[in-house]
Amino acid sequence: MTEPDATAPPETPEEAAASGTLIASITLKQRAGGVIVPVMTALLAFLLGGVVVAATGHNPLLAYRDIFNGAGLNWIFHPTTDLTSTSAYNLSQTLLQTTTLILCGLAVAFAFRCGMFNIGGQGQYFIGLYVANWVGYDLASWNAVPHILLAVAAATVAGAAWAGIAGFLKAAVGAHEVISTIMLNWIAIWLGSWLFGDGGPLQNADNKAVPISNDVAASAQLPVFWGEKQLQGLDVGLFVALAALVVFWVILNRTTLGYEVRAVGFNPDAAAYGGISVKKNLIRAMAISGAFAGLAGALDMLGYLYHFGVSDIPASSVGFLGIAVALLGRNTAVGVGLGALLFGALLFGTTHGLTSGVIQPELAGNLTYMIQGLVVLFVGADVLILYVWNTRKRLRRTAPAEEVAA
Amino acid sequence: MAAPVLELRGITKRFPGVLANDDVSFELQPGEVHALLGENGAGKSTLMNILYGLYKPDAGEIRLQGRPVAFSSARDAIQAGIGMVHQHFMLIPVMTVAENIVLGAEPKNGLMLDEGTAEKRVRELSQRFGLVVDPTALVSEITVGQEQRVEILKALYRGADVLILDEPTAVLTPQEAGELFEIIRSLRAAGKSIIFISHKLNEVLEIADRITVLRRGRKIETVPREGATEVSLARAMVGREVLLRVEKEPAKPGDVLLSVEDLHVRDDRDIEKVSGMSFEVRAGEIVGVAGVDGNGQTELIEAITGLRPIASGAVRVAGQDVTGSSARRMLDVGVGHIPEDRQRRGLVLEFSIAENIALHDYAEPPDAKWGWLFPSRLVERARGLIEEFDVRGGGPLTRAGGLSGGNQQKVVAAREIARDPKVLIAAQPTRGLDVGAIEYLHRRIVAERDKGRAILLVSLELDEILSLSDRILVVYEGRIVGEHEGEVSEHQIGLEMLGGKERSAA
Repeated sequence: MTEPDATAPPETPEEAAASGTLIASITLKQRAGGVIVPVMTALLAFLLGGVVVAATGHNPLLAYRDIFNGAGLNWIFHPTTDLTSTSAYNLSQTLLQTTTLILCGLAVAFAFRCGMFNIGGQGQYFIGLYVANWVGYDLASWNAVPHILLAVAAATVAGAAWAGIAGFLKAAVGAHEVISTIMLNWIAIWLGSWLFGDGGPLQNADNKAVPISNDVAASAQLPVFWGEKQLQGLDVGLFVALAALVVFWVILNRTTLGYEVRAVGFNPDAAAYGGISVKKNLIRAMAISGAFAGLAGALDMLGYLYHFGVSDIPASSVGFLGIAVALLGRNTAVGVGLGALLFGALLFGTTHGLTSGVIQPELAGNLTYMIQGLVVLFVGADVLILYVWNTRKRLRRTAPAEEVAA
Repeated sequence: MAAPVLELRGITKRFPGVLANDDVSFELQPGEVHALLGENGAGKSTLMNILYGLYKPDAGEIRLQGRPVAFSSARDAIQAGIGMVHQHFMLIPVMTVAENIVLGAEPKNGLMLDEGTAEKRVRELSQRFGLVVDPTALVSEITVGQEQRVEILKALYRGADVLILDEPTAVLTPQEAGELFEIIRSLRAAGKSIIFISHKLNEVLEIADRITVLRRGRKIETVPREGATEVSLARAMVGREVLLRVEKEPAKPGDVLLSVEDLHVRDDRDIEKVSGMSFEVRAGEIVGVAGVDGNGQTELIEAITGLRPIASGAVRVAGQDVTGSSARRMLDVGVGHIPEDRQRRGLVLEFSIAENIALHDYAEPPDAKWGWLFPSRLVERARGLIEEFDVRGGGPLTRAGGLSGGNQQKVVAAREIARDPKVLIAAQPTRGLDVGAIEYLHRRIVAERDKGRAILLVSLELDEILSLSDRILVVYEGRIVGEHEGEVSEHQIGLEMLGGKERSAA
């Protein structure tokens, strides 16, 4: 029996790393590298992004400083609630993005914890957006509190149902969720084009010339607590998103539902042996994922968008950014929160406040997508990163593949 | 004594927190089979990996034919005439036997592999050492035993004079193991020196000329086979007296707790794997199911535990018809199950011990109430069971995957037994475990029998079946082909396991 062997795992991750097998390295990473690896991943992505900036003849450090300031993160050096201050305004806008990204990140993370890859956050977000707009417009005579609650609840349930379709298909016939959620994304996109498009059922009632939705009634608009409603101030949705992080953690770690989700995610065979219904959990976990994304759509619609046009559909990519957020955040509550802040800052910081002219806004915007892409790539390839990282520490083993697996 | 071919002197290897080898010396004579015996984690594999150039020792030296050598890779070791056959084979399934053997040292015909020469050389080698295998067969089509021969031939092809066999019988049936021993004898006769790594006492006593025992990284002794006994070796290996024979009173069978009637079960490919089995297990008896792997045992267990649909037939637990029930219901009516694959099925390796112990009852008080989980209660319960079942290597919050195999199995056993099942199904309960853990689990299984549980023991280890069972069922191709109570010879059961009885009856 080989000591560093699957049937007799080493006692400590350090020992596992010493044994030098790749699997052991991953084990080490997962146990000790909970923080180190995502930070390394992000730094590496920024570093490579900087190389590209430098290649275009700009100073990457100045560019990153501008993005930092553009995102309002310099606010912490001179905090103020006065929104006429640029940094405070920028920060409020960054937090608005963060709100959405937290929920879209959770939509990916929850499914991940059940062993599924939810690529459909974008579609689930759209469905939430549509339903919130519809309910928010239609019941204009209602009081604010029930109106908001109903609109949020309906959008959340709709997102859950939308994702639940993918979960159901997987449980019933084994259709892979990656394929079905991507297809559901397209259905959601075209559904939006039809709803708000020319002659669509949710098209603007006052102006039939534009492919755009009605405005959410004032009674359904979320209260803004920082800034002016007209100037896209920060609404209370941020607190809902922060609460969702807590809910996510509580569900996973303090409920029997979360126990089942994690058991199925780690090892469906053992879960079934334990008496857990794997199929039920696949459907349920997808639905909960979709609920987070649907909630994101509701908060955006009721919090600051108020209306949505056909041309806005292709411009939105928060659902996909949610994948990067979840991956970088290692599918944990705290990680998703921090990842959402990072991407929220990038998203807003690269489009605003690049006043010093170090870098053109077009290039800056692309930098966000580049860093997002690099993060996804690196998280997917962090096995590789760790492999390279550990090579220094490993004993020299130039043996061909057949001997390495000893 | 002749000059040793190979000498390891004072080898020390330290991993963070672990002293894997502590001043270990070992020597190999020409034409000798030298067994390296020790429990899992005793340092056998580390020592051999050092010899094979995969690890660098922190101290000590290796001498080959009297000359000190330092290998920095397996390639160096191979060039120096050392070959190693790992427990997990590393062959390429889509290539032929001959192609696999010559891989990396191919006879070439210009740029192309010279297939004819390759096959010829392989054929010569296999005849010389009595390793029968068809060089033109695809590796994907040969048996595990034959794959092992291919690995041995690969080493011989590269000119190995010293062969290291790492737990070679772990993957073999008893018959295949017998054939392997023949091969080892013929290799010895041809002057090869062999290091035979094992933790099985009977094998070592059968094949080895000398035996070196390792315990916790230290060499305990090197003894000739003559004069060594299972008891003496086990004592050296474990460091205390070990009870090798299970002591048990005669069974006092009570009511029928599990009854299976004309059961038919199909596998995932819709092939019938259980074809009309009927049997009963009574309270207070251990019924052993003997058979070669793949004769329906897995499907039988899965059907009884609700993990696989039943094609036809009936299953009753304590008189209650539970045919076709879900896994959840089978747990609720009192069927405990130690699964054959503890890592794939028995444990969620990423879960803590506490979470694993709650795997069946996580949703019921005291673990949970109204869907709310109480982790502190899980931990509390786990703490008691860890103590009771002597699980070592961690506390309630330790990841199950971080435990050794024996301790993982204790966690599984603790969970199943603590649920107070009427029927306990133990599948391969001691697979891959060392002597100490085997002794513990065997005693525990007998103790549970004496508490009045009905125990169905399924094992590929005939020794285990013979020493634990009060009654033995032999399965072959999905049918029960033999039933024995009281004394029965290993030979008789072995014959039935291969379908002998059926054939003679036909």
